Amino acid sequence: MDLSVFLIQLLNSLQYGLLLYLVAMGLTLIFGIMGVINLAHGSFYMIGAYMAYALAPLVGGNFFLTLLVGLVLAVILGYLLEWAFFSFLYDREHLQQVLMTYGLILVFEEVRSLLVGDDVYGVSVPDILSGSIALGDVMTYPVYRLFVSAVCLLLALGMYLVFTRTRLGMMIRAGSVNREMVQSLGIDIKFLYRVVFAAGVAIAAFAGMISAPVSSIYPGMGNQVLIICFVVVVIGGIGSIRGAFFAALLIGLVDTFGKVLLPEASGVLVYVLMALILLWKPNGLFKAG
Amino acid sequence: MSSSEHIIDAREIHAWYGSSHILHGIDLQINRGETVGLLGRNGMGKSTLIRTLLGHVKQRTGHISFFGKDMSKARPHEVARSGVAYVPEGRGVFPNLSVRENLVMAARPNKRGEQEWSYERIMQTFPRLKERETNLGGQLSGGEQQMLSIGRALMTHPELVILDEATEGLAPMIVNEIWRVVGEIRSSGMATLIVDRNYHKVLANSDRAVVMQKGQLVLQGEADKITNDPELTGYLGV
Repeated sequence: MDLSVFLIQLLNSLQYGLLLYLVAMGLTLIFGIMGVINLAHGSFYMIGAYMAYALAPLVGGNFFLTLLVGLVLAVILGYLLEWAFFSFLYDREHLQQVLMTYGLILVFEEVRSLLVGDDVYGVSVPDILSGSIALGDVMTYPVYRLFVSAVCLLLALGMYLVFTRTRLGMMIRAGSVNREMVQSLGIDIKFLYRVVFAAGVAIAAFAGMISAPVSSIYPGMGNQVLIICFVVVVIGGIGSIRGAFFAALLIGLVDTFGKVLLPEASGVLVYVLMALILLWKPNGLFKAG
Repeated sequence: MSSSEHIIDAREIHAWYGSSHILHGIDLQINRGETVGLLGRNGMGKSTLIRTLLGHVKQRTGHISFFGKDMSKARPHEVARSGVAYVPEGRGVFPNLSVRENLVMAARPNKRGEQEWSYERIMQTFPRLKERETNLGGQLSGGEQQMLSIGRALMTHPELVILDEATEGLAPMIVNEIWRVVGEIRSSGMATLIVDRNYHKVLANSDRAVVMQKGQLVLQGEADKITNDPELTGYLGV
């Protein structure tokens, strides 16, 4: 593998890892803070991708406007779902959470089938980002993929700052360890949860939207992402944002380079990685928080 | 704003944990600026009474008003926002937040929009916290956590501070420090409700005291009268 091929794969793995992080972050946050195992989280990624496809004609084909409208819709969806379903799950057992969120997957897939159908679609890269830049003498790399990585990185950084530097972030972290005390300080924990949930949904949907032009859109895409995101969350340490970040990048690397170097084994490599890490650190790489 | 002199006016409070009936019809009033000692042996329902007043015990009946406003069905954050701060048994410090974060996360000005208890003033009141500003709550000693918990309560600018076992498990020097601060809170005109094992200290620092037994108030009155009540030691099991 020469340097430019290596560089291309590195950029690909970074882009994949960052996208995974956006979805896994919501998953680990919702589990770490509200204690809910949300199997339907992958569906939000799927919904995002389908919105990128279905909303585009409605807003005149402008990709960035699609992103904006989709983001707003996702926030509203998250807010309503928390109010209608998830707020009833906080004090329930994990089995009940798994059953209900699995049920939601079925509902989302059925609704998707009714509204958009079961075909595979593609979303075209916006013109302004459709170029490529040269890597070395012969290789090029699509600008859009760099754009995806940059946006994901900015979003991850922004969330990190919100989480570590703002009072909202402090309240969220405090709420993950002592609900009663947070309420006794005058903070409406139900509203806090609703905000966190809506943000998690919006970010997962955003990841789906922004990745739509680089991957096809197909039924069941949410479940595929969900499974790999659970791997990320487990490797990173359940409830740990930082853990999810490093685990997502690690999975991105292993998966991308695995497909190039060990194509026969690429399907199982990430699971082997997970098994090895759990043998070494049964609770994942990082502690919650 | 109602003309009520009461910060808390609770009538006929009953509360349950699951099927156990813990509070059996309690009437409790706390007036503005008043310090009330809440006494009773372990397991007599003191903490349950506090948690019920604060809205944390959902299985409750009776009438509770704060500042003349009915809050019988209020949620805990609404009670807190009406002007009540809670320093819980076990301190309730957030172990994963720094000392600074523990203090500023919930800070809010008083009803006139002033910040009497600024971050700087808390640091002056508790110089030990100043040295540990960037440490995590979980890295503090018990005494430091207690100071942090009290400081955090003050930063919400309450009109009533509820202190549940604030000196539990602390070294004598720190205990004196905590009582000094309780005195400072009291002299600033804030009302306080104090629960503590050391009933001499509680009575010496209170205007009024109430004594609980088996989920009921069995004795109440001015602190010096309670101090001399022949039945007191019997109720407290000392």
